[in-house]
Amino acid sequence: MSAPLTVLAGGPGGGPVIPQFGSSNGCVANTSALFCPDWVTSNWGSVLEPALLQHIELSLIAVGIGLVIALAAAVLAFHNGWFSRGFTGIAAIWYTIPSLAFFELFVPVTGLGTLTIEIGLVGYTLLVLFRNTLEGLRSASPDMISAATGMGMTPWQAFFRVNVQLAVPAIVAGIRVATVTTISLATIAAYISPLGLGKPILQAIQDSFNTELIAAGGLTILLALVADGLLVLAERAITPWQRLGRR
Amino acid sequence: MSPADTARGVDIEFVHVTKRFPGQQRPAVSDLCLRIEAGQICCLVGPSGGGKTTTMKLVNRLVEPTEGDILIGGRSVRTLNPVELRRGIGYVIQETGLFPHMTVAENIAVVPRLLGWPKAQIRQRTLELLDLVNLAPAAAMAKRYPAQLSGGQRQRVGLARALAADPPLMLMDEPFGALDHITRSRVQDEFLRVHRAVGKTVIFVTHDIDEAIKMGDRIAVFGEGGVLAQYAAPDDLLASPAGSFVADLVGADRSLKRLALRTAGSAAKKREPADARRRLPEVAPETSLRVALSVLLASGATEIVVRGGDGPVGTITLDELRAAAEAPAEDGPSAAAEHAAAAVPEVGAEPR
Repeated sequence: MSAPLTVLAGGPGGGPVIPQFGSSNGCVANTSALFCPDWVTSNWGSVLEPALLQHIELSLIAVGIGLVIALAAAVLAFHNGWFSRGFTGIAAIWYTIPSLAFFELFVPVTGLGTLTIEIGLVGYTLLVLFRNTLEGLRSASPDMISAATGMGMTPWQAFFRVNVQLAVPAIVAGIRVATVTTISLATIAAYISPLGLGKPILQAIQDSFNTELIAAGGLTILLALVADGLLVLAERAITPWQRLGRR
Repeated sequence: MSPADTARGVDIEFVHVTKRFPGQQRPAVSDLCLRIEAGQICCLVGPSGGGKTTTMKLVNRLVEPTEGDILIGGRSVRTLNPVELRRGIGYVIQETGLFPHMTVAENIAVVPRLLGWPKAQIRQRTLELLDLVNLAPAAAMAKRYPAQLSGGQRQRVGLARALAADPPLMLMDEPFGALDHITRSRVQDEFLRVHRAVGKTVIFVTHDIDEAIKMGDRIAVFGEGGVLAQYAAPDDLLASPAGSFVADLVGADRSLKRLALRTAGSAAKKREPADARRRLPEVAPETSLRVALSVLLASGATEIVVRGGDGPVGTITLDELRAAAEAPAEDGPSAAAEHAAAAVPEVGAEPR
């Protein structure tokens, strides 16, 4: 790997080839260099950090809205088999639409902006969040519900104190998948509107600039891993009864 | 609240109760008339589909009768709000009944919370109950989750939970069915001890006739189609089963089961052994007559000495044991008292 670097390092000029490279050194000027840490440090505040924050915002809003819709739909579906089949069908069809095609499809309706992106991202979270929530709600055994009813809980008390509580691990598992998927999918949104980590990634592809591609792509992966880790910690905190061995 | 000032049991009466489920030819419960005295344990026993669980669920209105009525302390269940009625009845089912996402304390607090008790009172009551069912140390046990308990411990929590709001009546649906033999026997003893302390009326569903004999003051045997085949004290049931169905259910060894209901101490006659030269076998007064018979047969002797801590109580002869197994049933509370004493020897020795 070091061989081509040494050869090309002696190539033309020292100055920036493309302005976006910013103040540069030999590494950046060399367009074939794999990764230049210097570029990352000097462009963190102007390129990467704003993109990362936008990306977090896009993903949080998408998963948040998706969760609210999926929870409401799952509660409805739990009490109504017809609604359950209908919603699953729509969410599944939505899920099969290629994401780029979907974003393009909505541009004439909702324009080139955040709204289009969020509609797309929310749509892709629905299937997994809805299915997991519904399955979680159904995980309470009939015996347990019979015990709850027999002890004097009203149907809604039994639903909220037993079904919903027991669904929490499945819901969190759904949020984890939805979050990681959304963080990855949100990079594509930059085709619609220059937002999030997709923007530096697209830029880097256009410029054939490896450093930026690796930095932005790596940040996306890191963000997904950190988000997933935080959700695991949150799950442990709110459902301590999970993962208990018998003594 | 100490066990002494808890709410005692209430009478339960089934008045010509029939339950037909839609789409089924035969009724699940057929013209049932049954009276359970306050403070008694009534075991409902019979084959699956015999209507025993349905009968139990009629009491807390998880099932509504097609005809007839059920009276709790003289009041028709039909006049009571089902949700409030259930909050006033302890309910124990097989181990799935504990909520896995709640700690032991939270499980026990379910009904008190539904009733809106203050937190401090709930906490105090929880610790009291854990003490009562012998889950120690109570403070540490309260914080555990059901998955961290053994089967027997879970069953005790189920019992404590049913007792939480101090109901006069408890419904227990095969509560010990999932336990291994040894644990089961221990939890049964525990329950009888607790029952003596709290004196609730208990309806106890089981498919195990031996469990019914051990636990019940009265046993209701259900036949096919929800027909009550016999309703009697355990000793009566064993002495004179009504018909071949009940006789088959109690088993061909019913004479031995009868002997198991009585203690050697209650049957011993105060006298010198007939054969003074021979070394006779001995048993303790709280031993059951069944065990005494077994010891006697193994020794080859015809007389057994019952010896307590203060010396010999008396002796029992082989002929007397045979007579005890064949005799018509004794009626009244003495039989029930002996039955309880035989079931829990270590506590039975104390005055009731």
